[in-house]
Amino acid sequence: MAPINGSKPLVLLFFVELCVSLFSTAGAISPAYGDGYTIYGRVKIPQGLGVKGFALPGKISNVKILLNGGQNITFLRPDGYFSFHNVPAGTHLIEVAAAGHFFSPVRVDVSARNPGKVQAALTENRKGLSELVLEPLHEEQYYEIREPFSIMSVVKSPMGLMVGFMLVFVFLMPKLVENMDPEEMRRAQEEMRNQGVPSLASLLPGAGRS
Amino acid sequence: MAAAVRFFILLLLFLSSLNPILSLYEDQVGLVDWHQQYIGKVKHAVFHTQKTGRKRVVVSTEENVVASLDLRHGEIFWRHVLGTKDAIDGIDIALGKYVITLSSGGSILRAWNLPDGQMVWESSLQGPKDSKTLLLVEKSSKVDKDNMVIVLGRGCLHGVSSVDGEILWKKEFDTQSLKIQQVIQPPGSDFIYVVGFSSSSLFEVYQINAKNGEELQHETAAFTGDFSQELSLVSSETLVALDAARSSLVTISLQSGKISFQQAYISHLVEGSSGPAVMLPSPVTGIFAVKINAVTVFIKVTGEGKLEVVDKTEHTTIISDALPFTEGQQAFALVQHEGNKIHLIMKLADNWGSDLLKETIEMDQQRGLVHKVFVNNYIRTDRSHGFRVLVVMEDHSLLLLQQGAVVWSREESLASIVDITTSELPLEKQGVSVAKVEHNLFEWLKGHWLKLKGTLMLASPEDVAAIQKIRLKSSEKSKMTRDHNGFRKLLIVLTRAGKLFALHTGDGRIVWSLLLPLLRYSENCQHPMGVNLYQWQVPHHHAMDENPSVLVVGKCGQSSDALGVLSFVDTYTGKVLRSFGLDHSVAQVVPLPSTDSTEQRLHLIIDADKHAHLYPKTPEAVGIFQSELSNIYGYSIEADNGIIKGHALKSKCVGKEADEYCFGTRELWSVVFPSESEKIIATVTRRPNEVVHTQAKVIVDQDVMYKYISRNLLFVATVAPKASGEIGSATPEESWLIVYLIDTVTGRILHRMSHHGSQGPVHAVFSENWVVYHYFNLRAHRYEMSVIEIYDQSRAENKDVWKLVLGKHNLTSPISSYSRPEVVTKSQSYFFTHSVKAMAVTLTAKGITSKQLLIGTIGDQVLALDKRFLDPRRTVNPTQAEKEEGIIPLTDSLPIIPQSYVTHALKVEGLRGIITVPAKLESTTLVFAHGVDLFFTQLAPSRTYDSLTEDFSYALLLLTIIALVAAIFVTWVLSERKDLQEKWR
Repeated sequence: MAPINGSKPLVLLFFVELCVSLFSTAGAISPAYGDGYTIYGRVKIPQGLGVKGFALPGKISNVKILLNGGQNITFLRPDGYFSFHNVPAGTHLIEVAAAGHFFSPVRVDVSARNPGKVQAALTENRKGLSELVLEPLHEEQYYEIREPFSIMSVVKSPMGLMVGFMLVFVFLMPKLVENMDPEEMRRAQEEMRNQGVPSLASLLPGAGRS
Repeated sequence: MAAAVRFFILLLLFLSSLNPILSLYEDQVGLVDWHQQYIGKVKHAVFHTQKTGRKRVVVSTEENVVASLDLRHGEIFWRHVLGTKDAIDGIDIALGKYVITLSSGGSILRAWNLPDGQMVWESSLQGPKDSKTLLLVEKSSKVDKDNMVIVLGRGCLHGVSSVDGEILWKKEFDTQSLKIQQVIQPPGSDFIYVVGFSSSSLFEVYQINAKNGEELQHETAAFTGDFSQELSLVSSETLVALDAARSSLVTISLQSGKISFQQAYISHLVEGSSGPAVMLPSPVTGIFAVKINAVTVFIKVTGEGKLEVVDKTEHTTIISDALPFTEGQQAFALVQHEGNKIHLIMKLADNWGSDLLKETIEMDQQRGLVHKVFVNNYIRTDRSHGFRVLVVMEDHSLLLLQQGAVVWSREESLASIVDITTSELPLEKQGVSVAKVEHNLFEWLKGHWLKLKGTLMLASPEDVAAIQKIRLKSSEKSKMTRDHNGFRKLLIVLTRAGKLFALHTGDGRIVWSLLLPLLRYSENCQHPMGVNLYQWQVPHHHAMDENPSVLVVGKCGQSSDALGVLSFVDTYTGKVLRSFGLDHSVAQVVPLPSTDSTEQRLHLIIDADKHAHLYPKTPEAVGIFQSELSNIYGYSIEADNGIIKGHALKSKCVGKEADEYCFGTRELWSVVFPSESEKIIATVTRRPNEVVHTQAKVIVDQDVMYKYISRNLLFVATVAPKASGEIGSATPEESWLIVYLIDTVTGRILHRMSHHGSQGPVHAVFSENWVVYHYFNLRAHRYEMSVIEIYDQSRAENKDVWKLVLGKHNLTSPISSYSRPEVVTKSQSYFFTHSVKAMAVTLTAKGITSKQLLIGTIGDQVLALDKRFLDPRRTVNPTQAEKEEGIIPLTDSLPIIPQSYVTHALKVEGLRGIITVPAKLESTTLVFAHGVDLFFTQLAPSRTYDSLTEDFSYALLLLTIIALVAAIFVTWVLSERKDLQEKWR
């Protein structure tokens, strides 16, 4: 159950001590025009958990709470509380837009029969919420993090591989060729000459002479 | 050997495919993208300059933005974009630290912390009916007193504490028909007057205790004539009203709650005036203004309700708000136009004869008339008074004038873009060398030396900063000439103010701007509005020397039969080539594929009577058009009636005198949706300029599928009428969404699919042979995205090689809408987390590059999502062959990868649309997202496979080459030596 209550009989279930000071007069004085209900909730953003080297762009003042895909938009109070007024009974969707944080949309059922009885559930993982306190599922990192310079990254780059490959051919291949049996080598060269196929081996210095 | 090469290539491929996500490093921000922040046309402004420190002005705008601006430079300190239905009715500053906004027709009152924009409190005010809204903040000199905010909204008067937003009292009025006009609080008193009309001649005054809302007194007085409901407040106890005939002024005095009328005829006051009078809003004490025809008359109210004309002017005059000046005095500004100059006159309220200040300021012609003026004063160092004037112009721009000059200006017109098109830049002129334009050789060398140091990690922090500066300021990207890759273009945008801008894609600067004369108020065209922009002339083959031009289509008013206006604008110079009003309305504009000999594109304008008018009106165009006449089909969507109709053209207009440029239409087919069960909410077609590289799609096992590619497909989405409202208004049982694919030439429905328990809003994109659409699934209570791919079955038999060899294939047979298509469709649905505001698809020059969907989310970000995630052939366990083809295992929801947000950490506040434009380079597409903010970037959906990336290190390449050359020399020397040794042996 989330702290949602109709504006007619104001039944506050949670955050009573806080909500009374803020809203009780609002509800007590105003007679109902239309049959709107009020949804109260809270957004909690853990502070100081920013990923290293990445300043969190989202300030609490820039967080927006959206009802039903932007039908109503509200903002957070300094303590993280928000409210939607004049919401008709039914099933609604609340989204939180906060840069740098990923929030799951929340399904909120506002009951017409017994005001105050409401249900809220995260739509991403179908987790029910006992009270309408929204927390980010995870942080969003919009940038790739640059790898620090390392020899490996140079070696792994296409150019590094090229150099490495050439070095292998220049220094290792002659060694391999040297270790071969001269007889066999000559035979192989004969064969190649007969085929007329130019091979890399024949172009290598030293291979033709040994 | 071969194995080694293969291994090497595979390794390279592996390395290059490690990172399939398009992503950005933080230091690359601003290299190819730019972001501009706007607020919209200012409605109200309140200055906050009393305290030392930052001087600021708080504004609210027509885009529902409340913002705090730096008064020195015009930059935004903070800004909040409220909901689209949350229009701001009034703003003020309370307690010197809170900004109070009243919005949503007087039902939501919010307070924002002035320094940082944090919302402090929010109150919901409720009442029985819509009414005029007023916001009154008690200006008490005592600091410790709880200043109250008095709000008139929804027919009730509320007293709200400005400290915590608590509603202290609420006053409802007994008279149902009472229309409250003014709420007055005489200075230094504890009561307020509420005045209004309860019928056309009945005037009512309530005196209310400001502390507790108690009614102290209620007076009603009937006037002998009728009132026109226009009322001007002259002083705290005197009001002036106009009578219904608009010929006489009625002075209403409220001496201690008693009402007394005094009537005076305008013709007696003003010599030789005739015609109805209009009251101009004037918040200045003791003086009010009346406009009779084009003459503005200033009338002073002396004691005992006597009226006295003080001034008369024929210039267009705008009166500012009142400025509390020295003790008990009020100052105000008058702004008058004269040619391209404006005269700014500051006056004291009780001394009309002398001017405090008179300045003349040169104004840009492209800004139009002054619409609103707000004044503020400051004390100069020599203790004299100086004035700052904030001016809102006809083109929505915001200017701060001080000491006869424009201190800063903001082009707020760009916050409300209506339509966008692009134009190529001029070709580079021969004889101008690139190096000369950029910088000298030394600087070039220095830049590259710095870059080299950067790559070798030898650069000091200062060097790094210098490198970043060079990268960002690269003159290459903001040059005014066409580039080889097609990255540099002009974005031509039409705004709601009727102003046309050319923005450079390199850095977003305004190249030129033009307030279209035809889209300004005139006698013939009272409420002009720009509708669309089209590329009129894109010279390439025949008319190389001509400048490209765009066509601006507008109409005079909201109604469907309002007459149209056309303007042709040169995109290089920003000058109007020609413009004229039309003698018919504009319902639809159809750019045709053919152009005339000067590369002017033929356009058909369909009017409300279903006549088609051809433009340009030349005999040549008619000749070209006549030959194509039988092949031109159109369709019209009547969303209110639920009918889609197909039309063909006839050679003559019916019921019109001989007009060879007018063609009649006849109805070919119609699709009627049952109005009790279906309501059209979205229609989408393919982009006409989209290029499809190949019709064939090679799938697993070298099998081929043929895409059904037709330019004449229309995607239509309908919902149950009950579920056409917002989420939460219908239950899953009574809502459904049905989508259709309709051929617009024959009216044939190629595909129909229904989603039970789903509802809109539907956002869709149509590209090649697929449609992707976004909607809300009420059963799962989540958003969903579905894809439909449509394939041509008639070509499926062509797989047989023997048929191909023997020529028995039908590959060369033309694709025609007339032939009965044998199509198969495949579709799949996925969950998607966010609400969507806009959706687009990347567009490349040749259509080879794979596609990405660009999704504008509710958080005002743009997410790039690979089309591969929306592939109906995805399965939970793809086979090895399918994996090789690139099919991703099926998941129930689409992934949201933060690094693939095109807008990275930025937001395009109030996002409304995304457009994509192909660059000349096949891999790259240009993306422009607009709302209250503008954002532009380049995007390479399959990475930049045809060019080197920006961070490609030329220095490392050079080093490698040098190393290789050195190695060759070393080995050569070594081998020589070895040879010599062998010979000696």
